[in-house]
Order: sequence, then C-alpha cells, then structure tokens
Amino acid sequence: MLRRIAKCVAVVWAVICVSPIFIILIGSLMGNAELYGLIGSILGEREGYASWRIMPQYPTFRNIVELLLDTPEYYVLFGNSIKLTVTIAIGQLLFAVPAAWGLARYRGRLGKILYAIYIFCMLLPFQVTMLSQYIVLNGMNMINTLWSLILPMVFSTFPVFIMYQSFEQMPNEVIEAAKIDGASGFRIFISIGVPMSREGILAAMLLGFLEYWNMVEQPVVFIRDAWISPLSIYLPEFARGSLGRSFAFSLFSMIPAIVAFAAGRNALENGFSVDGGSVND
Amino acid sequence: MKLHKNNRFLFYIIPGMAGIMIFIIIPLLDVMRRSFMDGSASRFVGLENYKAVFVNMPFQLAVKNTLFFDAVSIPLIFVLSLLLAYTVSRMKNSLIRFAFIVPMAVPSNAMMVVWRMLFEDAGVINGLLTAYGREPVHFMTGEAAMYLLIGTYLWKNMGYNMLIWLSALGSIPENIYEAAKIDGAGCLKIFTRMVLPNLRKAAYIITVLSLVNSFKVYREVYLLVGAYPDENIYMLQHLFNNWFSKLDINKLSAASCVTAVFLFAMLGILLWISKIEPREKKRVYSFEPDDAGQEEAGEA
Repeated sequence: MLRRIAKCVAVVWAVICVSPIFIILIGSLMGNAELYGLIGSILGEREGYASWRIMPQYPTFRNIVELLLDTPEYYVLFGNSIKLTVTIAIGQLLFAVPAAWGLARYRGRLGKILYAIYIFCMLLPFQVTMLSQYIVLNGMNMINTLWSLILPMVFSTFPVFIMYQSFEQMPNEVIEAAKIDGASGFRIFISIGVPMSREGILAAMLLGFLEYWNMVEQPVVFIRDAWISPLSIYLPEFARGSLGRSFAFSLFSMIPAIVAFAAGRNALENGFSVDGGSVND
Repeated sequence: MKLHKNNRFLFYIIPGMAGIMIFIIIPLLDVMRRSFMDGSASRFVGLENYKAVFVNMPFQLAVKNTLFFDAVSIPLIFVLSLLLAYTVSRMKNSLIRFAFIVPMAVPSNAMMVVWRMLFEDAGVINGLLTAYGREPVHFMTGEAAMYLLIGTYLWKNMGYNMLIWLSALGSIPENIYEAAKIDGAGCLKIFTRMVLPNLRKAAYIITVLSLVNSFKVYREVYLLVGAYPDENIYMLQHLFNNWFSKLDINKLSAASCVTAVFLFAMLGILLWISKIEPREKKRVYSFEPDDAGQEEAGEA
C-alpha cells in the first residue's frame, strides 16, 4: 500500500518535472490572439484568471518563423552562448581533467589539502568574490568581453569535483599492472585513466554545459552591452503582441540544453558511480 | 620543495590551480584585505566594516532569509530525493528517472515564462484555486514567495540528487540483504548496519552539492522579480549584488568574509561528520570479489 502511494507520488512529480517543457512547446505553437485570450489576465489587461490548453486550438508556426527570420538579435545572443559554452568546455578538458586525475590518484597529505581547497572554492557563491574578480578582469581588460565569462569558468572547480569521484574509483590493480608494463604516469593517464572514466568526464561536461548555458550572475555584472550578452540573461518581453514570441524564444533557448541532455543522459546516470567507500579526505 | 616521486601529481594540478589562484583564492584574499580598509583601500580601519555590516538591517534580513531557505530546503531535498530514489529503484520502468532530471535542462529564463503564467496573481494556479472555491494565493509576495522558491529549488535539483542516491543504492548487492536475513538481522539492523554505511559517501556529496545549488536560486528570483524582490525572499546574493552596484565596497568585503568563514566552518563540520566511523563493527558485511567483478574486467 505504502509502496503504491510512493509510486503514485513519484509519477505525479515526474509529470510536474516535464510539464514546463510541454507548456512552452504548446505556447509557441499558439497564435498571439489565442495566447492573449488564455493568459492576457496576467498582463493586468483582462479580468479573471489565466487558463491553459493541452493542445493549441489554431496551431501555427508563425511565432517560430518570426523568431528565426525577423529577430537578428536572437542569432547574436545564441552565437554568444555557443561561443561561451564551447570555449569553456575545451578549457576544462585541458585544465580540469588533469587536475581531477592528479587529485584522485595521488593521495598524499598535500593532495588532500588541495582537494579540500577545491571543495571550498566550489562552495563559495559567485557574489563573495564578485568584486575582486571584477578588479582582476578589469586589469586584464576583459570586462564587457566574452572572456570575462569564459576564463573564470574554465577554472570552475565543480567539474573537478565530479570527475574526481569517477577517477577515484578506478581499481588500483589496473594502474599497477600498467606501471609494471613500463607505462609512464602521463601515458597511464591518457590511455587508461581518461578512457576508463569517459562517462564521468562526459557527465561533468554535460552538467557544466547546462550550468554555463544558463549563466546569469556573471553576465549581469561583467557585461554591459546587450550584443555581447549570452542568451540566458535575455528576458522575453511579456506584452500583448509578443506573447507568442516569448514562448518561441523560450523554446529555442531550451533546445540546445535539451538536445545535449538527451544525448548525454546515460553518462549522467552511469558517470556518477558512488561506491560504498568512505570519504577520502 | 624537492619534487619527490610522490609529488609528481602536482604537474597535473598546477595549471588548474594557477587559474584558481588568479580567479578565486587571490580575489578572496583581496576581499579579506579590503574588509579591514576604508572605501578607497588606503587606510586600515580595523573592525569598523564588520560592525557596520552586523547592524545593517538589510544584512540581518538577508541572513535570516538565506539561513531559513537553507535550513528548510537542504534537509528537505536530502530526505525527499532519498525516498524518491528508493521508490524509483523498485520501479521497472527506468525511463521515469530521466523525467526527474529534465528540469536541469530548462534554462531559468525559459522557466520564468512558465512560472509567471502559473504563479502570477491572476495566473493559472490561482484560477484553479478559485475555481475550487479556495482563496487565491499571492505567490510573488509574502511568505508564499519563500515557499515557491523552495519548491522551485526542489523541482530543479531533486533529480540529480536522486541519481546519486540511486547509484549508491545500486552498489549494495541484493544477496547481502538475503545473507543478513539468514543471519537473523532485522529490518532496522539491515538499514543501520548495511544500507546507511554504504550511503555515507553519497550523503556527503549530496549535502555539498545541495549547498552549492542553494546559492543559485538567485537566478530564478532575479529573472522573475529583479534585484529588489519581496522582503521574504531577499537573500544574501541580492544584497551583495546591490552593494556591488552601489559600490559599497566596505560592506560587501566584510560581508563576503563573514560568508566565506561561515562556509569554511560548514565544510569543516561536514568533513568531520563524514569521517566518524560507525562505532559498532562486530559484524561487517563486506563485498566479496565474486564473479560480478570478473565480468566487469572481461568487458573492459
């Protein structure tokens, strides 16, 4: 009985989790008039309460066509977001993967202290170091450029934390065997460590992508010009004539994240294997 | 320091560490220095800035709200995601677990379009409430705003926590339960001696990640209602941002230091708790390296 109730609750929660995606999809297929009829009340221009439909009454691609053909700003912001996330991802492959490996495989006292520093940095909210980061970036002449968003994020400690868990769980025997065969430390890292933990690395990259695609705090502070901003801080205007476009915009800002997510969801599930071991620090 | 063989790992860490030094550690030390100086960072003023921060009303409000948010939402997400993971692990359809992590992929600004439609005073939820004869709720102001924020946090982060719990639950082999039952261990004993010790690492990871993610609710509030939300959801993040835009560097530095020290203490407590070994170790059910391990090796 209890188990059945738990299952029902889980299914209801699953529906709540996915419903916003469908709301946005349905909304972007509705015409402005239909949307105004349904949710015009939240603009304060109509009496009563907003309502919603499972299917658009008069489905139309007008909003989407308008967004894609008549809104050049959209492409600029979209391009900025792509540049950001791709550059950060490449940077992290270069810096975070080796760092996670170094921290996870060599467990001396110094390694433990460094790992604790990494976790502490991860816990610090952006706002705590905002001011000094601004001063550093200003000194490098990077404020109001995409680099002010990219560089600090390349050294974000979150992916190191995720990949650490995966590197740490590699069986020691494999590495010992490779050492006996005469493989160098770097060789072991590249041809054994990385391939064996590829799902953990993928999971960290995917989580990173979702995070940077949704970057808000940094661009608000470090970017002044709208055309350098990423997509994530653009707020679609809610007005009578542009309701449909708001939904279409939301749909298209969501698509890259959903696609990445759908492609990497298995890595997300398998990449984070937590064994029964104790916390190693 | 001579680079001993055991310290070769530093080669892997130094490049990344250099970046962290430039963008996090040195900025943090700089904030600490500024917290003891006057506005132009030219004169040492002792604890003046700290005094100014602690008597500051917005600071007290923001601390209260932030602590309340964390104290409610972190234990809540901890327990609920574990219950969810346990429920899902007994369900045959594994596709459902992906539904729970979908919210991670919805950008905050897209989410806010839906949230406005649902939770505005004249929104869909209030429409439903009044249709069933209930009083409408003001979700954007008053106490309800805090609960909406906690709900949003749970909605967004529960799925990933559940995945971590699932992974930890999955590492406990089924036959160990049976072995323990044959030995006459009761439900409670199985849970405290076998399940809990195996969940400790996951519990640690989930607590750390929940804390990290709790600061990111700022995004949703900022996009939904801007830099000055209702006083019930005015968090430290808002205060810091507003001090930053007003160039109130003294208060910002001092409050940042207080926050950093608090988080440092939290991390210390977390690490200390996670290190305490279970006291009774009379009967340890360890994982035997059975044929399952060989299968894995064969695949690789």
